[in-house]
Amino acid sequence: MNFDMVIALLAASVQMGTPILYATLGEILTEKSGVLNLGVEGVMAVSALGAFVVAQATGQPWLGVLAGGACGVFMALLHAVACVVLLGNQVVSGLAVTILGLGLSSFMGQPFIGLSAPGFTPFAFPLLSDIPLVGDVFFRGDALVYLSYLLPFALWFFLQRTRLGLEIRAVGEEPEAALAAGLSAERLRMIATLAGGFLIGMGGAYLSLAYTHLWTNGLSGGRGWIAVALVIFAFWNPQRAIIGAYLFGGVMAFQLRLQATGSHISSSLLLMLPYLLTIVVLAASAARGRGDEAPAGLGVNTAPEE
Amino acid sequence: MYRFKPFLIVAVLTLSAFLTFGCANEKKEAENSQATTEKAEKAETATPKEMQVGFIYVSPIGDAGYSYAHHLGELEAAKLPGVKASHVEAVPEGVDSERVLRNMARKGYKIIFATSFGYMDSVIKVAQEFPDIVFEHCSGFKRAENAGTYFGRMYQARYLTGIVAGSMTKSNKIGYVAAFPIPEVIRGINAFTLGARKANPKAEVRVVWTKTWYDPALEKDAAESLLDAGCDVIAQHQDSPGPQEAAQERGVYSVGYDSDMSSFAPKSHLTSAVWNWAPIYTYIIKGVQNGTWRSEDIWWGMDKGVVGLAPYGDMVPQDVRDKVGAEQAKIEAGHDIVFQGPIKDQAGKVVVPQGETPDDAALLGMTYFVEGVVGTAN
Repeated sequence: MNFDMVIALLAASVQMGTPILYATLGEILTEKSGVLNLGVEGVMAVSALGAFVVAQATGQPWLGVLAGGACGVFMALLHAVACVVLLGNQVVSGLAVTILGLGLSSFMGQPFIGLSAPGFTPFAFPLLSDIPLVGDVFFRGDALVYLSYLLPFALWFFLQRTRLGLEIRAVGEEPEAALAAGLSAERLRMIATLAGGFLIGMGGAYLSLAYTHLWTNGLSGGRGWIAVALVIFAFWNPQRAIIGAYLFGGVMAFQLRLQATGSHISSSLLLMLPYLLTIVVLAASAARGRGDEAPAGLGVNTAPEE
Repeated sequence: MYRFKPFLIVAVLTLSAFLTFGCANEKKEAENSQATTEKAEKAETATPKEMQVGFIYVSPIGDAGYSYAHHLGELEAAKLPGVKASHVEAVPEGVDSERVLRNMARKGYKIIFATSFGYMDSVIKVAQEFPDIVFEHCSGFKRAENAGTYFGRMYQARYLTGIVAGSMTKSNKIGYVAAFPIPEVIRGINAFTLGARKANPKAEVRVVWTKTWYDPALEKDAAESLLDAGCDVIAQHQDSPGPQEAAQERGVYSVGYDSDMSSFAPKSHLTSAVWNWAPIYTYIIKGVQNGTWRSEDIWWGMDKGVVGLAPYGDMVPQDVRDKVGAEQAKIEAGHDIVFQGPIKDQAGKVVVPQGETPDDAALLGMTYFVEGVVGTAN
């Protein structure tokens, strides 16, 4: 591999990591409020379809992104109604959302297979793209990539420096204490789950509008599950999510490039890499005792105050 | 709960919207299928001599790809006198296909074409239940008294597209985005490579496996990885136009598959290796009409027009077209020159000696790469 190929690999890592980054940030926001949403894979699938359909019908990629976000909110709402309002089991509901989302998107999406929609195309970011190395890797992407650079910091600021963020964290850590302090667990968890759904939905929209400009069944391709694992990898920290997302994007991009250079390693083994990394990362974070950085109230339903 | 009323209302509204939308669609589908059934039944009663021919596709027809190519064949078959053709698309392989096959058989279809490999066992099972109906299965190897198989020698078209790619490459590196390491795909890569090296002995073909038939995102990135490795022509054995998109964005050339893919990448598309099923469908249907049909294994090539090339892009110069034309004429005349020996494998060992050509069994079981392919065949 020569220097140009390394640059190209890094740039591809950013591109492949971006949808995972959106989804991971959405899931961090959700989990910070104490709600575990295992439906990310299904939410992404429905959002990718919704974004594609709207962009195709209106010719406006940004409307498509909004539609993708809205679909994410709808799917998250199903989960929130089951878990936050009706106090159902969060794991079961999340899995149901995944299965429903994958089925719904492939059923509704059938007429759209084979069509193409206007989407986002890469452009060199003025000035910044001229920086050697950094410019080539980070500033020759599309608009959604640039937007994703700001989000982790915005999310961090929201969670750590705003009143609503503090309340959401309080409900996630100590639901009983938060209730005693007069906070409404349902309201806060609902807000966090729906807003998280919007971010996950943007990740889905990225798949059908920027990554490729097509719709197909299974476009989410397991990325939702990787996002769920990455939340733990990032220790629920939005900035660390960047590293995790690009690392995973990098592994996916790397195995294709390794094949292209004519390596003699079996492609079946290479295709396992992202998932092997998932297991290693989870095991490593557990071994380092960082698993307990999860919000203490994660997955715990709170009884309504009345 | 009091503060939650607005949320609950929104939730209920959304849920019901979802459900109605879903149901409405399902109802529409049900009505549609009923409408076609009724139409089919009416047609049968109105003109009793008209023969009903059914097609089952694994994916939606769309406007490119494998099922689309079969559908073009169906449209040709429908033009035959006394034939009424119809289809069911997006039929999953497995139990669902059995239900669809049985439905068609009950509704009086005389010939049923199952166009995907995964229908194989369902076809054999349903064929036993309906001995008076002719079943034809594409790309399989199981046959019965009333069930035949058919496929095309796509490798012949691959060989010609290889000549085009080998002539057009400047870096002498051609990228090939491939689906699964099975003999059909490996045979195609080998034929393509032999063609490319005939035109350009320095050419090498780099293979990236995606282990998918249709994943535009992954297949596009696989093509990009090949472009990063210095390839300047991209070929593919997949149904999605993802690799074509990648080639056009980088301003290099591409070779499509299944059906003419020029609409996805008009600036980069040199040609496509395409299916033309009409000759096989016509042959089988006429055979049934004349009473000469028997269960057989049809594996036709370019001499019968089953595979071919899509129209060239403007960038393909005349001398390349002539070069391809000369080879095409030989194949069309019935000389299957693609795997003519001597052929060496990747290690340089002679696998097909001078003056010999592998028989069909050897072609169908091909699991090694020929010299000039860079990558592993597993």
